[in-house]
Parts: sequence; C-alpha cells; structure tokens
Amino acid sequence: MSATDLLHKSAAELGEAVRSGATTAVEAATAYLDRIADVEGDVHAYLHLDREAALDRARDVDERIAAGEDPGPLAGVPVAHKDVFTTVDMPTTAASRILEDWHPPYDATVTARLREAGMVILGKTNMDEFAMGSSTENSAFGATRNPWDLDRIPGGSSGGSSAAVAAYEAPFATGTDTGGSIRQPAAVCGLVGAKPTYGGSSRHGLIAFASSLDTPGPIARTVLDAALLHEAFSGHDPHDSTSVDAPVPPVVEAARRADVDGLRVGVVRELGGEGYQAGVRQRFQESVELLESLGAKVVDVSCPSFDAALSAYYLIAPSECSSNLARFDAMRYGLRVGDDGNRSAEEVMSLTRAEGFGPEVKRRIMLGTYALSSGYYDAYYGSAQQVRTLIKRDFDAAFDNVDVLVSPTAPTTAFPIGERADDPMAMYLADLCTIPTNLAGNAALSVPCGLAPEDGLPVGLQIMAPALADDRTYRVGAAVEAALGERRGGPLLSQDALAV
Amino acid sequence: MSAITRDEVAHLARLSRLALREDELDQLAAQLDEIISSVAKVQEVAQGDIPPTSHALPLTNVYRPDEDLPGLTPDQALAGAPAVEDQRFRVPQILGEEQ
Repeated sequence: MSATDLLHKSAAELGEAVRSGATTAVEAATAYLDRIADVEGDVHAYLHLDREAALDRARDVDERIAAGEDPGPLAGVPVAHKDVFTTVDMPTTAASRILEDWHPPYDATVTARLREAGMVILGKTNMDEFAMGSSTENSAFGATRNPWDLDRIPGGSSGGSSAAVAAYEAPFATGTDTGGSIRQPAAVCGLVGAKPTYGGSSRHGLIAFASSLDTPGPIARTVLDAALLHEAFSGHDPHDSTSVDAPVPPVVEAARRADVDGLRVGVVRELGGEGYQAGVRQRFQESVELLESLGAKVVDVSCPSFDAALSAYYLIAPSECSSNLARFDAMRYGLRVGDDGNRSAEEVMSLTRAEGFGPEVKRRIMLGTYALSSGYYDAYYGSAQQVRTLIKRDFDAAFDNVDVLVSPTAPTTAFPIGERADDPMAMYLADLCTIPTNLAGNAALSVPCGLAPEDGLPVGLQIMAPALADDRTYRVGAAVEAALGERRGGPLLSQDALAV
Repeated sequence: MSAITRDEVAHLARLSRLALREDELDQLAAQLDEIISSVAKVQEVAQGDIPPTSHALPLTNVYRPDEDLPGLTPDQALAGAPAVEDQRFRVPQILGEEQ
C-alpha cells in the first residue's frame, strides 16, 4: 500500500488494514513519520518526536499480531498526544519553560489506555502554555501554523493536535477542552473535535489548568474516528475523584447510526448574529436547513444567561489556574532560577515563576489572585459561580424541549497569526460559543460545515447535548458529515487542498 | 469599581510569587483593568438568591480500601528535582535570620 493511500485512510480503516494484514503498524507509522519530516518545518505541530521509539512501538504491535493476538480495532494506528498529558517515555512540558525537559514518572490515564489499545504514539503536540489560549501562539516553544493557510492560527489551546491531524501528520490526536480548546481548533482546521461530558474522561495525569472545567477529548478527521478515540480512553478511573462512575455513552454506535430523523434541534439565539463573521453565519444557517431537510425538527431556543458566560469563565478559570499553578514552586521538579545560596526559597520561587511562565499564564495567575482576594471574592468569583448556576438552568430548560442545541463553534474562521496577540479580550472572544458547555459540564462536538466564502477557510458547527448524552452529538455530527460529503462529492479536507 | 493601580498589581504579584519587571507591572495594570471591567457584568446578572455552582457535577468524597499499594520509588520521585541531597529535595533556605 502506498504512503499516500495510508495517509488518506481514516483511523478506523487504518486499524482494520493493520488487523487484517493489508498493511503493518510499521508501514503506517513510517508513512506518518515521513509526512511529518516533510511538512513539520512549515507547520510546527510537534514539541517532541522520536522516530526510532515510535517505530519500536509499531514493531511491538506487529509482533503481537503475528503471534495471533487480537489487540483491538485501533492497534497499530498512530496517534499524537497534546503535550499536557504525562508520558513516561517522553518529556511533558505543557509548552512551558518551567517544565522544559521534564520527564514524568507516570502515564496519564488517557495515555495509558491508548497504549493498552496498541496505538502507536508519534509524539507530543504543541499547545498554548498550560492550555491557556485560543491560538497556540502562547507556546514557549513557538507558534503552530494552520495547514490551510500557514499565516493563520490553528486555534488553541490544542492547536498542535489540530494542525497535526489537518496536515496529515497524525490520523487523530488527543486534546483538552477547558473553554473550547478542542472544538475551536477543530473548527478552524476543518476537523471533528469533541468535548466529552465533564468527568467522562479522566484528568489523571493531565497537567491541571482549571480543574472544574478541564476535559480530555479527541480531534479527528471523521466523526467515527473521533468516536473510536473517545471510547478508547473514556470511562471511570479510580485515580480521578471527579471521574463519573457510569457507562461510556455509545458514541461509536451513534457515529455509525448517523441519522437525525425526528430529533429536536434547538438553535441558540444568543450564539449568533452581531459580531459573527458573515461566512460563518451563512454556513451555520445552511447546516440548520440541512438538519431540517434530514428530518430534524428545528426550533429557536433562548439561553439568556449565555451572554454572561464569557465573563464568568474569565473569572473562574483564572481563579482555578492561580491555585493549580501554585505547584510550580521550583522546589520538587521543573525549573529553578536564582538559587545562589543567599536567596530564600520565596525569592527563588518568585524569580523562577517570573522567568518560567509566559505572559498569558502570568496574566491569568494575576487575574485569579485578584478575583479570589479578600474584598473582591464575592463580587467576582462568587458572582461568576452564580452565573454558572444560571447557565446550567438555561441548558436544563432547553433540554426539556429539545434533544440537542446547535450554534457556530467559533464566531470567526482562523485569524492571522499575531492579530490578537496584544489584545487579551479580543483573543478571549474566540471561545464565545464553546464556554457555556464547559461551565455546565455537558457534552459537545464540532463538525466541519463547509468553507467561509470570503476567505475559503473552514467553519465548524457545534452540537451540544446534556451530560452523559455524548452519543447524541455524534449521531447528529455524523449525519451532517455524511450529507455534506455527499453534496460535495468528497471530504472537506484533502492533502492536495492544503497549503503544505 | 475603581481602576486597578500599579501598586495593587505589585501586591498581587507578591501574593502570586511572581517577581515581575517594572514594565510588566505597567502593562498588567492596564490589561487587568480592561479585563476586570469587561467581566464585571457577572455582578449585574447574579442578582438575588442564586446558589453558586462550583462544580458541574455533584461531588462526593471518594474512598479506596486501606491497602498498601506500590507508589513511586524515591529515585523516581526525585528524578525531576532541581537539587537533591541525601535522597531528599534540597531547597533554598526557608527561614530568614530574624526567624
């Protein structure tokens, strides 16, 4: 099988080809490693690569298959991990100088489960430092570029993962979504990205940003691939006290079912209109009409508290981050600066953190410290937690009447690198549509819904469902994917259409 | 709410254990002020007797059986340490002269 054939296969097809002996894990890994060697100089999706180690992992899978073992549907399929998941055999940096060259002593549950499934880890992908950002420009190790247009951002914070998958440098990848960090990069790179129900996928071994919001999830080229990855790493984990002890929703079955007949779809009035790019609005409107033509019942839904979601998020997430990042104290691991024998531990800590953290991380730590400080706590953090209650109530009321809610995933297509770098509030707007789901903890998925006519860049459709009803988002996403693919006569993303 | 002053930012930096440069203090004072003004609308929305939600899921304490389980070895635990002495983390002085 040629390298191009291997790269064009979905992860599901590649797994089947390895299993049936039509190809080997080594051939699959080699095709991807060669592709990485060709385009990585332009894209910069990865922070860590070790070709020989990846091939060793692939050889191991081939030997198991040759010995008559059935290692499962994804064995021998390459995968890339966002560099926020700990890995015992490669560094984990969260794209921060403070963790440069840190080798964790244990695997994250997500990493461990995918190893167990026989998947071949290609490397660790770039991200916004500690997952704070919407453009992957905040990485201490340089920005990642969008394979559709190398002068534009690939989204963030899982921008390395989305760029790797879009540039055919991995069939699919892991990411984390705290305020939209899987769905927004998936949308602007023309991919499928899911934020599972909070607690549905384990945070054990995930370097924490905002613990009540962080959710590991998949980024893939097809809805079925996203579902397969989702299912492979999800499920109860005794190492995570917030892990939900319930069966994993049947997302793979839903992705294969792909129908919306009779489903009630709510269009969220507050997530649209002014401030949204015209091409994004247009493609979204067409998607709604498409759902109706496929047999869904579409209704207008109002969620008035969503207007305050962005504000609540930018108080809650920094507050949790200021607490979580206190662990980077220069004492037990990571960088240490200024330890000259005369300075106190406190001085060394302050110097290390000032040098080790980038501007966005410092900004959020300071914002969180402010929001939690005496005298301001009730006004800011307390009020934000009350808004969270109102958002949950809006979702609950909406889901009494509809099965899923839809909106654009991001208000604009990928913006040029550097455009919003000095304007935090403009950058924060990229997560406008995705944040309510994180605050409420329910499930959501972004699926490509076409290219914006004005710039030819991908637009995402967001599908939201109640907690533990992740399968509904996959069912709708797969139906949209199938119908649009049929109309176009092929997939949205193809290697030939990209800038690399 | 009054504007965030540079002195306040310097105080927050001390609380956050961040030795910020003068230019960073100036820049952050302006940015924090803008961000806080933008997000202050939470106060208008959160009127009345609304219970706060700190977490998306109802949390219960989780226990496991009281069994001896293998953990990290001392070498593994110390492997990433900036400084080690006698199989311990070596840290800068914690107590000043006056203590």
